[in-house]
Amino acid sequence: MTSTRIRSLVALGAALAVALLPLGSGPAAQGKTIKIATQSPLSGGQAALGEGIKLGTQLAIEKFKVNLEKAGFKVELVPYDDQAKPDVGVSNAKNIIADKAIMVVIGHLNSGVAIPSSEVYKEDNLPMISPANTNEKVTDRGYPNVNRVCGRDDVQGPVGAEFAAGTLKVKTAYVLHDKTTYGQGVAEAFKNDLEKKGVKIVGFEGTEEKSNFDPIVTPIKAKNPELVYFGGIYDQAAPFFKQAKEKGVKAKFLGPDGLDSSDFVKIGGKAVVGTYYTTAAAPASSAQAKQFGEEYKKKFGKNPEPYAAESYVATAIAIKALEEVTKGGKAPTREALGSAIRKVKYNGMTGSIEFDDKGDPKKASYYVMQVTTDNPEKWSENKEAKRLAIAAPAMKK
Amino acid sequence: MIAATAAVAFVALSSAAVALFPRSILVFLLFQGSLLYAYVARIPGWLRATLLGAAVLVLMPVIGTYNGYYLEVATQVGIFVALALGLNIVVGLAGLLDLGYVAFFAVGAYSWAIFGSPHANVLFGGTGFPLPSWWFYPFLLIGLTVAAGTGVVLGLPVLRLRGDYLAIVTLGFGEVIRVLANNLDKPINVTNGPRGITPISRPPLPLEVSYAVGFYFLALLIVVVVILVNRRLEDSHIGRAWEAIREDQLAAQAMGVPLVRAKLLAFASGASFAGVMGVVFSAKQVFINPESFTFLESIGVLAMVILGGMGSIPGAIVGATVVTVLNLQVLKGLSLWLNELKNAGVTIFGYNLANLPTQLEPAKYERMIFGLILVLMMIFRPQGIFPARRRQRELGEQ
Amino acid sequence: MDFELLVRIFPQVLLDGLLLGFMYALIALGYTMVYGVLEFINFAHSEIFIVGAFVGVELLLGLKSRGVLDTAPWPLVLLGVMLAGMLASGALAVTIERVAYRPLRAAPRLIPLISAIGMSFFLQDVIRLTESLWRNAFNLVYPTLEPLNERFELTSTLDVSAKSLVVIVAALLMLWGLHALVNRTKIGTAIRAVAEDQAAASLMGIDVNRIISLTFLIGGAMGGAAGVLFGVQYGLINPYTGFIPGLKAFTAAVLGGIGNIPGAMLGGIVLGLLEAFAASYMSLLTGGAFGAEYKDIFAFSVLILILIFRPKGLLGEVVRERA
Repeated sequence: MTSTRIRSLVALGAALAVALLPLGSGPAAQGKTIKIATQSPLSGGQAALGEGIKLGTQLAIEKFKVNLEKAGFKVELVPYDDQAKPDVGVSNAKNIIADKAIMVVIGHLNSGVAIPSSEVYKEDNLPMISPANTNEKVTDRGYPNVNRVCGRDDVQGPVGAEFAAGTLKVKTAYVLHDKTTYGQGVAEAFKNDLEKKGVKIVGFEGTEEKSNFDPIVTPIKAKNPELVYFGGIYDQAAPFFKQAKEKGVKAKFLGPDGLDSSDFVKIGGKAVVGTYYTTAAAPASSAQAKQFGEEYKKKFGKNPEPYAAESYVATAIAIKALEEVTKGGKAPTREALGSAIRKVKYNGMTGSIEFDDKGDPKKASYYVMQVTTDNPEKWSENKEAKRLAIAAPAMKK
Repeated sequence: MIAATAAVAFVALSSAAVALFPRSILVFLLFQGSLLYAYVARIPGWLRATLLGAAVLVLMPVIGTYNGYYLEVATQVGIFVALALGLNIVVGLAGLLDLGYVAFFAVGAYSWAIFGSPHANVLFGGTGFPLPSWWFYPFLLIGLTVAAGTGVVLGLPVLRLRGDYLAIVTLGFGEVIRVLANNLDKPINVTNGPRGITPISRPPLPLEVSYAVGFYFLALLIVVVVILVNRRLEDSHIGRAWEAIREDQLAAQAMGVPLVRAKLLAFASGASFAGVMGVVFSAKQVFINPESFTFLESIGVLAMVILGGMGSIPGAIVGATVVTVLNLQVLKGLSLWLNELKNAGVTIFGYNLANLPTQLEPAKYERMIFGLILVLMMIFRPQGIFPARRRQRELGEQ
Repeated sequence: MDFELLVRIFPQVLLDGLLLGFMYALIALGYTMVYGVLEFINFAHSEIFIVGAFVGVELLLGLKSRGVLDTAPWPLVLLGVMLAGMLASGALAVTIERVAYRPLRAAPRLIPLISAIGMSFFLQDVIRLTESLWRNAFNLVYPTLEPLNERFELTSTLDVSAKSLVVIVAALLMLWGLHALVNRTKIGTAIRAVAEDQAAASLMGIDVNRIISLTFLIGGAMGGAAGVLFGVQYGLINPYTGFIPGLKAFTAAVLGGIGNIPGAMLGGIVLGLLEAFAASYMSLLTGGAFGAEYKDIFAFSVLILILIFRPKGLLGEVVRERA
């Protein structure tokens, strides 16, 4: 009986599929449509950050597509959910390279997904601009199609160390990270550089904990360091700093650009006022950044997540390069776009960006910012404590 | 006769349609459906074998040249079919609930990742690594052995545990392996922690085929071997011992079934399939880190086994296929299609989709639909898609 | 190794561990309640739990925006919010049982487990959808009840916050209440009868379906209360927050002997202590070679060891076996 039912189900499914056939076949004509894809986690625990990447891209497309439209192209966004899983990312990547209208990918959030997926993009020279992958290996493979607008771990970490040792002049520091590629990478770079500068590291640990930091705070309080560094994202950093402060830890707090979100003070409240963070995004008080923040809020009804600005910049660069390769109404090719992206000189809210021969920004300017108020609406008023510019290390051979 | 003609026509037409509409996910789904039809249709055995054989050996690689994405889906289906068949032995046949199965997959993946990449130099010093890429093939066996050994290591202490106590211990074991992989970058750098290992060597392939095709056939070959082993096991002495343990451990023991040996064998053989596929996975991905081996992956494989029909080989195959195709293809296709409608500004019931707020972005809700499908499947077909014959009878009685 | 430091922080770590343990125990009660009756792992309990937390935060935010939060007496506010959370989670649990589990009661035990897993995925994203439409937010922050943030310094090296005390008191009260309900009331007798043998219980005139619904109601309500207390204690929730504590609580329930109410409490506390000591001491004891990142490995390894020697959990019965 059951096999009959399966048979009839299969037949029914087939009939349904045939009926729906025209729907799924998609637009056969491509030439005049340029698609920009994003790949980032849109579901699961990291969805908030992943959505920031998508929204930043969306905003940039709407803002900068005018010239391309004048040239007769339709510009569309195609968001993909990579679920923060490498196997899903790779399968999406295959789907993306099969869609010849997709000219560039903005993504990913996780280096663990970005590296295997970019192997696929490379098969068809599809350019990728990463807003968030700080792992050295993303660009150190020297692929011509892989770029990133964000800083590397081995750049941002030393910036923090320079600030801690040079400006804050701390003698002891405790370093915690979130056990992700990003958090651990930047925390290790920070720690190593700080040790070289003669600061004593009283503890270096990782944790995947998201809610209860009591058992970690207790030894910190007993060791009483002058500085606590957290390598990770605001949704973990803020509860950690808050609980540390409430338990009586008196140290100064410092973190990387994962803290750069108004949600940081929304979660941490008064306890995290005074926290320092390093970021490549210019102070939100600067004209461009302010405008971005306002437009983002107006369009999506919330403040930008940490990598939204970088995605916006990455998309702007891609569109600038697209304008270059479509001059005279020419249909763009992925290969031409890839080399055009390497030639773009872009000046935006994350400073001037120009890619070197492996796709890193030639010179990253970093800002050390200090949280000034516990009002999330006034996140943009955080004050600049220091400005540093460091070049990415050359390719190791 | 009608069925035979229909099956042949269905397979032929749908594959032709894929060539015509290489971007249409629905057409590819139709092709997959035609294979399922060929499997269930009342047609002579030789015809069924010819149709299915031609489809996976010839049609699928050809389709891959029209759209490489489909070949990727097929390869991942292969990987998950092997995993599901492995877990099917432990859960479906022997009735031991394992919630940490992906640990064995991880063990296999890391075994090749470490030696097939320059990372081993960090571990052992020198510059002798990565091993030459042909070592990949011996490592299929090494991965299998290491994973099987891990299975025994897990199996030994937990022999006395039953049901949910076993489940929680295997869950813990899976987490321990993942967290170890995530943390063993210090004091000795074994796994490079969250930053993962790359580049992992890919095997040399005969006849200059592309890696996409190569990995497809490799996965296919392993799946065929796994199916053969599974069928032999199922009908063997040990297979019956497993089923006896599943049905009633006490009675089985009383009838002289060697509990310890049977259970350890179940863990080891289940684990070995995952180990082999782990080696393939790491070479295919070029990069691995612990994010691929989370608890949710174990749950995913378990869902495949149960969705297909516990203890049934065709069940595990179809279950793995359905879940993988749903996740990588159907739900993605659905949200892409909705996105296209949105971009085109289509109006439905007087509402312009272009105005859809970003909160309702279709790509965000693929997992929600997947969850709903799981629930509905269980409610309306609790015995699974292709239940084992024995279980079918049991449920029939109730 | 800094021995003096180890000793100095010992009381605080002990207290941290107890607190965490009571939190796990609270969530574990819901798992154990359902398991005790149906022998079924309600995988969606972590979402039932987090729904309680969301109802709580919505109410508190509502009160705050009306300016009532700082003027109303906090015990009343907390109690009201907890009751609302319990009601919502209890109702949700009953609905889930009715829709996704009841049709599968006769099926092999793994079938409802998969249904529960599907339900869990589904609910996570339903919560996300609702919250993103309603507040356009992913992370929600519990408004602080000022008096609860007060810290009491017991000794120079030991202090505790008021909200932690509330968690402990609530956990003890709920444990006692549940224990009394199951062992001393008529309903409790019916629940135990259904747990023992559904067919026989129905022959004795017990409406089995009603009792099972009731079990889910109670278990869900416990989860809802735990959700509110979790939010008050840690302050930050999102739709996926429930998953990890849910998993840990499930572990705690099994550790104590699943289906056994005092066992859930004991299991929670043991797990909490293990985690706290591992996270605080690992780095100190090994000179930094291993750190807090190993706490889950440590906790799970001890769990495996305990179960090897006590295969039915710490307080589980050793005799009864079901065919």
